[in-house]
This record gives sequence, structure tokens and C-alpha cells, in this order.
Amino acid sequence: MIVAERKPIEEIIDYVKDKQTILVAGCNECVTVCEAGGKKEVGVLASALRMYFMNQGKDVKIDEVTLERQCDHEYLEEIRNVIDKYDAVVSIACGVGVQFMAEKYFSTPVYPGVNTCFMGVTEERGVWSERCQGCGQCILGRTAGICPISRCAKRLLNGPCGGSSKGKCEISKDVPCAWQLIIDRLKELGRLDDYEILAPIKDWSTDRAGGPRTVVREDVRL
Amino acid sequence: MATLKTPSKLEKILAAGHLAVTSECGPPRGSDPEAITRKAEMIKDHVDAINITDNQTSVTRLCSLASCIHIKLMGLEPILQMVVRDRNRIALQSDILGAASFDIFNMLCLSGDHQSFGDCPAGQNVFDIDSMQLLQTVRRMRDEGKFLGGDEIKRPPRMFVGAAANPFADPFEIRVPRLAKKVAAGAEFIQTQCIYNLDKFEKWMQGVRDRGLHEKVHILAGLTPMKSAGMAKYMKNRVPGMDVPDEVIKRMSGVPKEQQPQEGLDICVEAIQRLKEVEGVHGFHIMAIEWEDKVPELVERGGLYPRPQVD
Repeated sequence: MIVAERKPIEEIIDYVKDKQTILVAGCNECVTVCEAGGKKEVGVLASALRMYFMNQGKDVKIDEVTLERQCDHEYLEEIRNVIDKYDAVVSIACGVGVQFMAEKYFSTPVYPGVNTCFMGVTEERGVWSERCQGCGQCILGRTAGICPISRCAKRLLNGPCGGSSKGKCEISKDVPCAWQLIIDRLKELGRLDDYEILAPIKDWSTDRAGGPRTVVREDVRL
Repeated sequence: MATLKTPSKLEKILAAGHLAVTSECGPPRGSDPEAITRKAEMIKDHVDAINITDNQTSVTRLCSLASCIHIKLMGLEPILQMVVRDRNRIALQSDILGAASFDIFNMLCLSGDHQSFGDCPAGQNVFDIDSMQLLQTVRRMRDEGKFLGGDEIKRPPRMFVGAAANPFADPFEIRVPRLAKKVAAGAEFIQTQCIYNLDKFEKWMQGVRDRGLHEKVHILAGLTPMKSAGMAKYMKNRVPGMDVPDEVIKRMSGVPKEQQPQEGLDICVEAIQRLKEVEGVHGFHIMAIEWEDKVPELVERGGLYPRPQVD
């Protein structure tokens, strides 16, 4: 899923402090799972904003909505009839949702309420960590199912570097060395010899380097 | 290994079967070339070639290539260190050509420390290719006369190509396979991480010999003399991938502070003497960080002086 975390309330207040009507819009997908932008967080943020404006002696109307998804036309359409009532939207969906809403409702200011961080997993309640950078050319088949692009601080395709120590990355004792994980799993799978296969120089054109990416599936287009 | 592939003096010395001696100079955090030439002057008669570090520990410094040119202009033999952290494949190949245009004949391919250690921790890193792929890149440029993109190079670089090896980083079981991988990628010489744990290094060398790698690549044992017990403790605890045994710390701490520099030099000389006997060790890389004036003493006491003449 896409993992996000709450922005400081001061930053959000700074965006909307001069507005009269504000819609706080959550998303029922990834940001709900990572507890940053679902229905519960919409309620919390809306309350915090109401308290702020009340303390300022301002009468500001703040409404709440949580869409099933903000990255789909279908669900974003649900607010088409009401969007003109608002001076601003604070979207606490990921950056994808914020942008798609801004694209769709071109004349309404849409502000982000979370920092979108990465694609990752729930390691345990309250702990999410990165697993994928969406490079567009998956190499997990060569790396025992552990991604060095997202998990090695240097994105080394032939690691580990000389800084790996006791299974941890040189940047922090709290960060596992991705290549230690790869080697441990290769060993578990009885494939340690594969370690010596030189990884080819990566084609980054399917990554961010190639510009904005699009996936087109003619077979499923309408 | 007898056929020479480049005009490198380092390659000639190694090919002739001499124990090579290299050392390094860290460029200054400013544009005064004297910071380089002064250090080079101190060590020039005692080493065969001088590594120039490339923004080591991710701290911005005078660039390695320009520093190498200063060394070259002094009539000395530079080894261009190049990390893949800061430049993409276009910039790396371009700098290789730049170095070749000044007849710089040695290069060391490294990944580089993560930028979080340096003066620009908020900076973007590149890592477009890794150190093994940089080895492959230089070898392709030299041996096939081709860029990575496949186009032909007019006057290809003639670089003797090296890499680093850390026998002490984890996991230990892949330390020999990792060297094999660097050899397969095209490494012709290896400079190791600083060796303080001689037993572990010898165990690694045994593994290297078991696979016959010592006959495919020249291994230069890396040494850094320690100035104080404090430095030893710092290296043990704070420098990633460094293995400083407790006995070494105990020995350094066991002498009065003013004698500790001498003790550090003695430890280094003893290491040279012991490692000279290790089959497959073809030379020494002395990294006397901001202590370059001690390199002549280490080389002489290590029985590595005078340096052989080759042409």
C-alpha cells in the first residue's frame, strides 16, 4: 500500500487560515490502513481545525467526507455537486488523491493534509516500512524476493557494500542491510551460488528517470 | 599477468613481481592545490602510486580528477578514486575520458559512503550503477573501446583498474565470493580496508587462495597507522565495516598518551612484516590519514625501501 503520515497541524492551518468553508476529505484505502487519512483521521483533523478557528474567534464551516478512493473518477464524482460550496479542500489521501482531486476540480484549492512516504507494508501495528519504489522493472526474481532498490540505502545491485555490519546498514543500526537479507534468504533457498551472478547495469528508463509513466492495457479499455 | 595492458607504473611493478606500495592523499576543502602537492611531496620517493580520494566520507572536497592532475603534473603516478554515489553513468564515463586525456593510468572503483555521513546529508544520491558495474564500464571502455551505450570511443582510456575489498564487513561468508565477483567484473588490483585483525585477514586470504583468486588479481593490504587509543576506539565503534580487535585497543591504551603515536606506527610496521609473508599479498596500501609525513618511516621500517624502478 501507499504509506503516508500526518502533516503537522500548523502546516495545514497555514494553508487554510483565511478560508470560510473547508472540506476535509479522507480516503478509505491505503491511508486508512496506515491510519493517516481515513474516516477516523478526517474526524480528528476536522475537530482540530474547528478548535483552532474557534480560538481565533472565527466562524468557519468545516465539513467531513471520506471517499472510497480518491484515485478513481467514480468516487471523486461523488462530491461534484457540493464542491462549489467550499473555499478549500484538505485532502488527507496520498499525493495521488490530492492531485487527482485538484485535476478534477480545477478551480477549487486542494491542499495536502499528509506527507506521502512510500509503498510499504505494515510490519506491526504502528510500524510501516518501505518495500517498493515502483521502478517499473522488477528484479525480485534475482534477489531472493528482497528489493535492493527500495531497501539498500545505495540501491546497490551487487551488494553489500563495505559498510554492512552485523547485518545492519552503515547509515543506521536500526536499518537492516538489504544484502544481508538477500544472502540469508539465498542460503535458505539453497541458492547461495546465485550471489556471484553479476547483476546487469539497470535500465532506469522505466523508473522516474524516464519521466512520468503510464500503463495502458488496450484489452481492458472501454 | 605478465602481459601489460596499460602504461601504468603500478601495473608494471606488480607484473614484475615486486611488492607494490601505494598511499593516498585526501584533497582539501578548498581550492589550494598546495594541500595536495605538499602531501605528495612528502611521500613521493616511498610509494609507487598515490590514490586520490573522491569526496571521502561524503564531505565535499576538491575533486579527485583535478587533484590527480596536480599529482600527474609533478611527474608522479596518480590513482583516480571514483565513487558512484555522486555521478550518473554519463558523468562517470565523461570523467574517465577526462582522466585519460591527462594520461592518468589507474583507477579505483568504489561505491562511496552514504551521503548521510557528510556535509550534505539532505542531498540526493545517484547510485545509477554500482562499483562492480563501474569496473565493467571502465573495462569495456578500455578493452572494447566502447561506451556503455555501444558507441565507439576515439582513443579509449588506458586504465589499470582496481577495486576495494573489505574482508571484515558482514556477512563474512560472502567476503571471498564478493572478491570473486569483483574479479569477474574486471578488477585487476584490490586495495583492502584497513587491517587490524590480522588473523581474520589471513583467514580471508586463505579463502582467496583456495579459489585461486590471488593469481587473478593483485591484492594490496590496506593499513592505517593509529595516532592514539582514542582513534582506535573511534575506528572500532564509529567507522562502518571496521574491525579493530580489543587487543589492539588495549595495546594502544597501555602506553602513555605521548607514546601512543609511536605505538601506532610500531603496530603498523609489525603488520607489514607479518603480511609480507602471506601468499597472495602483492603489496601495501598505506592510508596515513593526515599523517602523510610518517609514510616514509613506515615504508623504510617495513623493508619496502627503496622502491623498484620500472619503465
